[in-house]
Amino acid sequence: MNNYELMMIFTPVLSEEEFKAAQKKYATMVADAGGTTVNSNPWGLKSLAYPVQKKTTGIYWVYEYTASPDFNEKIKIAILRDEQVMRHMITKLDKNAVEYNVNKRNGVFNKSKNVEV
Amino acid sequence: MARNEIKYLTAAKLEKPKKKFCRFKKYGIKYVDYKDVDFLKKFLNEQGKMLPRRLSGNSLKYQRKVSDAIKKSRQMALLPFVTDLFK
Repeated sequence: MNNYELMMIFTPVLSEEEFKAAQKKYATMVADAGGTTVNSNPWGLKSLAYPVQKKTTGIYWVYEYTASPDFNEKIKIAILRDEQVMRHMITKLDKNAVEYNVNKRNGVFNKSKNVEV
Repeated sequence: MARNEIKYLTAAKLEKPKKKFCRFKKYGIKYVDYKDVDFLKKFLNEQGKMLPRRLSGNSLKYQRKVSDAIKKSRQMALLPFVTDLFK
């Protein structure tokens, strides 16, 4: 059971409940395959840095889950078939990443790095 | 030929380049998140291109992590591939 993070950009024309329905669809898909959802974090409508498929805004959704390694192939096929999704990315989280996400959620991070380039 | 060099009375004080440090080692950051756009912007110049190590002062290991994170955020349209003066 590895930790994965799925980030998806939906088309901006999606209404609120369609967006929720899509989230639930993929969440149940993870649950059916024996995975567990760690955190679902919808960002909502955000403007894109460059136009994707002729659209300049998109609805972002970041979804963290644990699943068996061969599960990602199944979810990828489902995502590619779903035309509401403009773009998606699945990243594997190593232990530093998982710890980072946990800290970020608990707000322990205020990233007070006075960094200068 | 205009005499454009200005003769200084005293030698121009060379501003000592400040010691660069790898912020990841110093502050103990282990993971560079590709979603954290503001942090990644520190490693991009005005055109949105990545800064080289000699400017960003990162160690090799963390410079690679930063470049991976930047490429991922560019893929997910969080950061532009090329732009002008977006800082």
